[in-house]
Amino acid sequence: MNDIDEIVKGIYLKEPRAIGRAISIIEDGDQRAGALLKQINAKNIQESTILGITGPIGTGKSTIINQLIAHYRKQGNRVGIVAIDPSSPVSGGAFLGDRIRMMRHAMDKDVVVRSMATRGKQGGLCAAAAAAVRIMICSGCDPVIIETVGVGQAEIDVVRLADITILVLAPGVGDEIQMMKAGIIEIADIVVVNKAECPGADSLFMELENVLHQRNCTVCRVIAREAYGIEKLAVFIGVIDKERRKSGQFTNKRKQTRETEIIDYAIEMMRDELRRRLKEYPGNYTGDPRTIARKLIDDICIAELDTSKRNCPEVFL
Amino acid sequence: MDIQQCRGRILIGKPGLDGHDRGAKIIARSLRDDGFEVIYTGIRRTPEEIALTAIQEDVDVVGLSVLSGAHNELFPEVLKALHQAKGGDIPVIGGGIIPEEDIQHLKELGMYEIFTSGTPVQTILNTFREATEKYRQRKHKII
Repeated sequence: MNDIDEIVKGIYLKEPRAIGRAISIIEDGDQRAGALLKQINAKNIQESTILGITGPIGTGKSTIINQLIAHYRKQGNRVGIVAIDPSSPVSGGAFLGDRIRMMRHAMDKDVVVRSMATRGKQGGLCAAAAAAVRIMICSGCDPVIIETVGVGQAEIDVVRLADITILVLAPGVGDEIQMMKAGIIEIADIVVVNKAECPGADSLFMELENVLHQRNCTVCRVIAREAYGIEKLAVFIGVIDKERRKSGQFTNKRKQTRETEIIDYAIEMMRDELRRRLKEYPGNYTGDPRTIARKLIDDICIAELDTSKRNCPEVFL
Repeated sequence: MDIQQCRGRILIGKPGLDGHDRGAKIIARSLRDDGFEVIYTGIRRTPEEIALTAIQEDVDVVGLSVLSGAHNELFPEVLKALHQAKGGDIPVIGGGIIPEEDIQHLKELGMYEIFTSGTPVQTILNTFREATEKYRQRKHKII
């Protein structure tokens, strides 16, 4: 399982070994990552829906996903799951425990689960999440569900990557003041109150409806462990997906996501060059950092212009 | 987003009906603190479930814990299931209450190493490191 062509072929043939290895190659920054990504241009990428599940620690994200998997499998869909947990800032290691809640699907070859660690990335996802999603879509998964790390208020990267973002809350996570704060709660498409049988769930539900009814955000109650409310949640997801595809919002958002991802990669690729130049730059450790950054960028642009002057229209010079 | 590397990916599995997972959890935590990404299956898994999970997660080593005495049946079954799932090359390390006389036999069947209770954690970590490094060299080899 080392030949890239063989791995690419395997992804399309739904071979678990190939899918797993492909994600590792991207995640580890293996030299073959570029060649692999070039070949996995998913034609079906527009047909597949990407769901993001986010929320604080211990609200039941994995358990809800476990139930959603069962729902989509009953409908005959192949489901992909990218489950992300944090890397230790001390050792770099991680304990990836989301999968335990989904083990009842372990023997189902049409449930593709990959546990991933953040590896130093902030924002609730890992750097290779988008690529892992694409690999799963290539292997026929629809939907692909991304589970973020347990989040606070501002980890909103998942909203960018997912077509539909579901925020999972549970009673006991905060009062109405928390619901008024800015952040993820403003951009989630569906807010789920899990553990709806527990005390405090009804008042949380009412507070959320109060805050969210202005922007047409759906709030629903579920008891994930008993699968209560899951069918309804799936209906809400389906309705939003259909509406957005019809209105063009789906395509627009995908386009935006793509642009941001390209820019992120471009910046990432420039990082080494910038570091190299900064070392040569006189006075790099004194003076205003922003001014030095501007000068660095200007120098690169001027060097670029010098080499391409002949072909460059005057207006850009 | 500077990408940080991990030492390796390990699956810790508990096959069979034994529910004593303190040992598995201690090893999982020690591996985490040593820079490994650890996926834990939870208790009472079948050998097939463990093998398919190892393949999906593309782990570098599988660690199994058995304290029920069924190691002579369960360890070989995991090896067999891994082989059938085209993952026969993944090293498998076992641990638990295992009599001295069974160890040689299990290693002959393909277990990478067997640890009994009382083994210092550092010895276990060193073996996981060694097995991971060997496996990752093959994994990221360009042909």
